[in-house]
Amino acid sequence: MSEEIIKDVIVGENEDYIINMGPQHPSTHGVLRLEVCLKGETVKYLIPHIGYIHRGIEKMCEANTYQQIIHLTDRMDYLSAHMNNEAVCMVVEDAMQVEVPERVKYIRTILNELNRLASHQLWWCAFGMDLGALTTFFYGLRDREMILDIFEESFGSRLLHSFNTPGGLMHDVHPNFQNRIKEFISYFRKKLPEYDQLLTGNVIFQERAKGVGFMSKETAIGYGVTGPSGRGSGFSCDIRKIAPYGAYDKVQFNEILETGGDVFARYQVRMAEMRESLSILEQLVDNIPEGDFTAKMKPIIKLPAGEYFRRVETARGELAVYVVSDGNKSPYRMKFRTPNFSNLFVMNEIAAGCKIADLIAISGSLDLVIPDIDR
Amino acid sequence: MFRGISSLWAGMRITGKYFFSPRAIVTQQYPENRATLKMEERFKGEVTMPHDENNQHACTGCGICEMNCPNGSIEILTDRIPNAEGKMERVIDKHIYHLSMCTFCELCIKTCPSNALAWGQKFEHAVFDRSKLTKVLNQPGSKIRKEAK
Repeated sequence: MSEEIIKDVIVGENEDYIINMGPQHPSTHGVLRLEVCLKGETVKYLIPHIGYIHRGIEKMCEANTYQQIIHLTDRMDYLSAHMNNEAVCMVVEDAMQVEVPERVKYIRTILNELNRLASHQLWWCAFGMDLGALTTFFYGLRDREMILDIFEESFGSRLLHSFNTPGGLMHDVHPNFQNRIKEFISYFRKKLPEYDQLLTGNVIFQERAKGVGFMSKETAIGYGVTGPSGRGSGFSCDIRKIAPYGAYDKVQFNEILETGGDVFARYQVRMAEMRESLSILEQLVDNIPEGDFTAKMKPIIKLPAGEYFRRVETARGELAVYVVSDGNKSPYRMKFRTPNFSNLFVMNEIAAGCKIADLIAISGSLDLVIPDIDR
Repeated sequence: MFRGISSLWAGMRITGKYFFSPRAIVTQQYPENRATLKMEERFKGEVTMPHDENNQHACTGCGICEMNCPNGSIEILTDRIPNAEGKMERVIDKHIYHLSMCTFCELCIKTCPSNALAWGQKFEHAVFDRSKLTKVLNQPGSKIRKEAK
C-alpha cells in the first residue's frame, strides 16, 4: 500500500490531484503539512509531513538536570502544560522513592482539571471557528480568561507555568486560590448550557459533524488513539481511571464513553468531560489538606541507575514518560510517548473517502497540538 | 427546515442577549488602561535584583543562578576587592541577564541562597534592537548588603 502511494506521488502516473494543506493552514493550528491526494473533491489518501518545529526536546533533556527538564515539557503540549510537568515529576519521585505530601497531590489534581478545562474551552472555540461559527471563538476565550487569571495569580504565568518541581510545587498557591475557583465553577456552570445552545444544537454544525470521519473501536486501538478522540469510539483509555494518580482515587467521576465514533461523538465526549472536570473541582476545592507544598529533596537529584516509566492523562490523551538513568544528574535517555503523535496518524484511515471540507472537521475533532507531535 | 430555524434562533438569542447587555463585556481596553493596569504580585515579567535605599543588593556572586539556568541567560562577572580587614573578597562586577534567552522557569530565583533575585512586573519588552534585551541587573556603584547575623 505505502509503496504504491510513494510511486504515485513520485511518478504521478494517474490523474490524481495532489495538494498541500499547510504548513501555514489556519485550521491545523500549527505548522503541519498534509499532502492530500484528491479525486475530484474526495480525499483518496493523505500523508502527514511533520517535523517543521522539531526542537529536539528529548535530546535536550539529556543535557539538563531533572529540575531543568520540567520547563522543557511545558513546550510540548502547551495547552496541557501542567500535566506534562506532573508526568516528569512523578517519574522522578517514583525513582527517588519520595512520598509527596497530600496537599501537593490535591493541588496538582485541581490544576490538572483546570488545565483540562482551559484546553477544552480553547478546543471548543477553535473547532467552532474552523467550521464557520466565529462567535464560539470569542465566547470560549472569554471563559478561558478566568482560568488563566487564576493561573496568573498563583504561578505568575498564564500558559507555560513551570509550577511543578520534583517533590512538590514551586510555591504554595495564592491565598485567593480556593475562592477564585469556586467563583469560576459557579460562573461556568451557568455558561456551559450556552455552549450547547450556540453550537451543539446548531443544525448547520450537526450536518457537518454527524457521520463524518468515522473511526471504529478497532482502528482507535490499532493506532493507539487515546484521550477524548479514542473515547469517542468507545475505547476505554482514561489513565485517571485505569491507573489513578494524584488525588483521582479520592474523587467520584465517570469516564465518558461514546460509541458513535464520528466527529460529533468526539465533540460530545469533550463537552461531557468539561462537566466532569467541574464536578471533580467541586469535590476537591474545599478539601485541600494543610501541610507542606513540597517534600524534602536534595538540591542535586541523581536517579539510581535503571529504567522508569510513568503515564498520565493529558487533555488530549495518554502521555507516557520513559527515563533511562545511569546514575548521573541528567538522564541517559528520555522518551515521551505523546498523545498527538498517535492521534495524527489515524487521519489517513478516517479521512479517506471524505470530502476535502470534512478534513477540517476531522482534524479539528482530533484536537491536534503540533509542537507535541514534533517535540 | 423548522428545526433549522429554531436552532438558529436559539443561537441568535444568546448573541443578542450579550449584544444588548454591555455589562457582560469583559474585554480590557489595554493600551488605554495602562495607567491603572496592575499586574499580579507573582507575575513573571523579568528577573530583577532588588536594591534598597542605600543602593545595596544581596547578591554574593556565588554563581548558583548561572549554574541552574537551563539556557545560559545569566552570566556573572566577578571581581576581587580588598575588604575592611585587608583581605581580598569576591564581589560581583556585573550580573548580566539576557532577557531574550530567558524562558521564565524561575529556577534562578528559587535556588538563590541569599534571595537576591525577584520577579519584576514589567511586561512590555518590545525593542528595536536585540542588544537592549541584555541587561546588567546590579546598579552602577551598588554594594553588597552586609547583614548582621
